[in-house]
Amino acid sequence: MLDILGKRYYFFALSLLLIIPGMIMLATLGIPLAIDFKGGSLLEVSFDSGKAPQPADVIGVYNELGIQDARVQATGPDILIIRSPFMEDAVRSQVVDAMQERFNDTVTIRRFDSVGPSIGQEVASRAAMAVALAALAVIIYITYAFRGIPHAFRYGVCAIIAMIHDVLVVLSISAIGGHFLGWQIDSLFLTALLTVIGFSVQDKIVVFDRIRENTSILRRIPFERLVNHSIVQTLQRSINTQLMTVEFMLLALALFGGVTLREFAVILLVGLFMGTYSSIFIAAPFLVLWENREWRGWFGRNKKANALS
Amino acid sequence: MNQRNWIYLGLILLLLAIGVWINLPNNPGIHIGNFNRDLDTRLGLDLRGGLQVLLEADLPADQQVDQESLEVARQIMENRSNALGVEEVSFQTAGTRRLVGEFPGATNVEEVLATIQKTGLLEFVDMGTTPPAEGTIVVTDFATGSSTQPTPAATEVSPTLAATDTANTTDPAATPAVGETQPEVWHTVMTGAELDEVGVSTDQLGDYMVTFSLKPESAQKFAAYTSQNVGKVLGIVLDKKVISTPSIQSPITEGRGDIEGGFTQQSANALAVQLRYGSLPIPLKVVESRVIGPSLGSDSLQKSLIAGIVGLVIIILFMLLYYRLPGGVADLAILLYALVLLSLFKLLPVTLTLPGIAGLMLSTGSALDANILIFERLKEELRAGRTLGQALPVAWRRAWPSIRDSNIATLITCIILFWFGSAFGASIVKGFAVTLMLGVMVSLFTALIVTRTFLTLALGAVKPKNLARWFGI
Repeated sequence: MLDILGKRYYFFALSLLLIIPGMIMLATLGIPLAIDFKGGSLLEVSFDSGKAPQPADVIGVYNELGIQDARVQATGPDILIIRSPFMEDAVRSQVVDAMQERFNDTVTIRRFDSVGPSIGQEVASRAAMAVALAALAVIIYITYAFRGIPHAFRYGVCAIIAMIHDVLVVLSISAIGGHFLGWQIDSLFLTALLTVIGFSVQDKIVVFDRIRENTSILRRIPFERLVNHSIVQTLQRSINTQLMTVEFMLLALALFGGVTLREFAVILLVGLFMGTYSSIFIAAPFLVLWENREWRGWFGRNKKANALS
Repeated sequence: MNQRNWIYLGLILLLLAIGVWINLPNNPGIHIGNFNRDLDTRLGLDLRGGLQVLLEADLPADQQVDQESLEVARQIMENRSNALGVEEVSFQTAGTRRLVGEFPGATNVEEVLATIQKTGLLEFVDMGTTPPAEGTIVVTDFATGSSTQPTPAATEVSPTLAATDTANTTDPAATPAVGETQPEVWHTVMTGAELDEVGVSTDQLGDYMVTFSLKPESAQKFAAYTSQNVGKVLGIVLDKKVISTPSIQSPITEGRGDIEGGFTQQSANALAVQLRYGSLPIPLKVVESRVIGPSLGSDSLQKSLIAGIVGLVIIILFMLLYYRLPGGVADLAILLYALVLLSLFKLLPVTLTLPGIAGLMLSTGSALDANILIFERLKEELRAGRTLGQALPVAWRRAWPSIRDSNIATLITCIILFWFGSAFGASIVKGFAVTLMLGVMVSLFTALIVTRTFLTLALGAVKPKNLARWFGI
């Protein structure tokens, strides 16, 4: 039988390898927040002539209106996304007219968002609070649902640890994408993250359920082997569900197209894959790690504990 | 057991029929008594285009915002927006100090902002004896922003008034005269700025009435006007919309009067609020505005529709090829799931947004997962040498706890996200939670009732001998 748990520290190392570079980037370069979370204006326009002007010229128009720090991104031959600090009402009304006049073209607004600085932060912190509360509720529920077997509380905590792992991987990927590809963390990212969180928790419980069932059937075998056995038994289901859900999402989003949605698709793809991955390689191994109290052997103080496991 | 399956099948077919009826393209909608539902798919602004504005009470952050005032402000905002002629405008309170306004299809931010930010204008209008119906939009001779204050003695109108003030009885000749010379322009006697206090009280009989007093400098004017126009209608007009048409019963000489006429406590309060707050009870400022052009909205909608259909086809094929007979049964269940969910969205109704679609996709995933869990278990039991008759109930019993617990955890998450989303006006979180919650509930139903019933009946009909071929073992 496949021995997944025996190699658990390799998988932990792999996860750290995915998470740490992104975290360092976040710490040193900051989070690439979009206007949804830090405030500002985003104007997406298309030019009816089919050819967008040079970004520098657009920035020139903005500067003349007294708007500094405008950034222009071309997302198609005739489409530009212009990000700038928060505009007052009076300025906002002039931008499009000024562009029409300057470029002698009909400019169509595709999207025009203007977010006050305090609002965005609030949305982010409220969403984080909601997720934290939901995580707590999930721990309580799992503890209740697994009350029939020893250490029910651990299952809830391990599920949430693995969920946090998934969130960290997604954040790490976004930080790297933010640095190299100019991705930004916007409200669509928040949607993707919520999807990942929902999927992750659900997937953990399916794997844990098998452990719960086996605990009452296979009483005599060591916990580690029991967990490994449960993982292997649910492997086919994990693969199929992953294939279906992710394939569905991926196709859906590949067809969406557009620069902003492409980011969304990649984040979902990574996040949902992690949802399945972490059930097998993080959540379940952490149960074993907890059972064996392996941290006692981590710093060389008590080699015996490790050897026993 | 067998009989129960047939009953279930009957119920499922009934549900199917209802679902198909609801989703018929030319469905007339449900109109029973006060219950009216048009049964259209409601799309959020991100899918159909439009403008969303977030208004915040412009008060110091530590100052509590009176919730009643916020509600009044919301009503006033909605009234003002309706004047724009945009359909389905909605204003909702978000949290304790904000209002969210949605204007589907609107793209001109400046026009909308100008309309909703202007100060409400309350006018008392001379309406002669044949006032327009309440709710009518009227034109008055009071020009906003002009320096001339309207007075009862406005020159071009007073001769007409003089001609009709002789008696309380209606003079049929006089009123049409006004109508002929100024077909639609009504004369403004005074504006809300001249009101001092407005209250609600009851008379000796216990009937509700709205009382008001005027500022001292206006009392004189008003006394003169009302003495001359007893018996005529003094219309109350808010933002050019007629909200009440009381008639003058006696001269109001001391700057105090009341409006009566079949008020309930509620309607009296409502009128008092409108008189008092022609302008907003609390200052509001725009803190966020979002415009989604119609092309971007329909683009997103079209792509998600195509994506959904392609994804569904792939899933149906995969299930059929991998799980064979049960897979085909699951496909039927998934189609029913989609139909039921779509019907629910129309019935409740649920406004579909992009985050909502993400929630929908995730719940479809969990609907599939429930089926996969059951079928994997079924294969396991068959491989372990059980007969089909034994394996089916066992597979169900063993798969159920994992389906139940994983979905309940998702439901708990949804409830918390929904609650947070509504309480703090985080519409993304809310939109996501609603569709996921509904989806998970429907998926539990389809996996447990529909897949099981269909599969049991299908096995009864087919009586498969070659397990490898029918179940893909």
